[in-house]
Amino acid sequence: MQESALFEYVLRLSDDSLILAQRLGEWCGHGPILEEDIALTNISLDLIGQAISLYDLAAALEGKGRDHDQLAYLRYENEYKNVLLVEQPNGDFAMTLLRQFFFDAFRLPLYEALMQSPVEQLAAIAAKSVKETRYHLKHSSEWVIRMGDGTEESHQRAQAAIDHLWRYTNELFYEDAHDHALQAAGKVPAMAEIQAKWMATVTSILSEATLEIPKNNWKFDGGREGRHSEHMGYLLSDLQYMQRAYPNMEW
Amino acid sequence: MSTNEWPLWEVFIRSKQGLNHKHVGSLRAPDATLALENARDVYTRRSEGISIWVVESAQIHATDIDEAASFFEPSDTKIYRHPTFYEVPDGVKHM
Repeated sequence: MQESALFEYVLRLSDDSLILAQRLGEWCGHGPILEEDIALTNISLDLIGQAISLYDLAAALEGKGRDHDQLAYLRYENEYKNVLLVEQPNGDFAMTLLRQFFFDAFRLPLYEALMQSPVEQLAAIAAKSVKETRYHLKHSSEWVIRMGDGTEESHQRAQAAIDHLWRYTNELFYEDAHDHALQAAGKVPAMAEIQAKWMATVTSILSEATLEIPKNNWKFDGGREGRHSEHMGYLLSDLQYMQRAYPNMEW
Repeated sequence: MSTNEWPLWEVFIRSKQGLNHKHVGSLRAPDATLALENARDVYTRRSEGISIWVVESAQIHATDIDEAASFFEPSDTKIYRHPTFYEVPDGVKHM
């Protein structure tokens, strides 16, 4: 039971990383300035690196002989367990950076907690990824502050992005029987603990940015159970095209 | 349009402990914090550095190319300023 729970848990982490990396990769060559183009794709590459390590671990836990490429490229949409937040379209620069900020503010405390996990491989991946994630959060926070407290237009766009994305943030803290089994065994942290830290970061950065947390608390989820938004299929057709068209091809 | 452009920054990177910061290029950024982050992303992706300085290009004062003759040529004829007139004793190595 715990092996399969851990597989599910690690798969969720990997899918979050991979799908967000794919979205960020779409900015390649389209960034608002050259420097930011490189920054966004750097973050994308960090996330792909994390996804590879996590998929390797998931594949080992599963023990069915699949490798990281098969997990990344050869599953159907309902087998991906990423949160809806990371598959949302890039929109404008504010939308991309706010999506990134909400995600980074969640990932950092999660990795910090997972560094203490008795599952050694998971703790090691968390320890390596935490430095990258700390930088991602710094980068996205700096931008949120500058857009919110910048011009009238940047403020309005940043607030519009928050108002749109807020409904997807609650799913970051999704828990089910898999999580509860692992939490009971002391292998992973309780999501309530991560959510409290996330909320503290979000509150402090948004207030510095003179941006507001939406009053409307309507929540949206399904990604963790494989029920995705209409954007996911298009994203996967891009992501999987090469492996589907040329099975087993390698660079 | 050019009035809306972010200021230009010059980037200096120390590649390892004990070496000087060296000029590596320039970039655009709205302020010093983001200039440092951009420099990190643009110029240290392949482990090129352990420390970064950024200076707004407008803050750098440079010699005028038209004055190069009066600035630099006079020293060309003063070979006695180079320590090349010494006999190096046989026992001294690595000179």
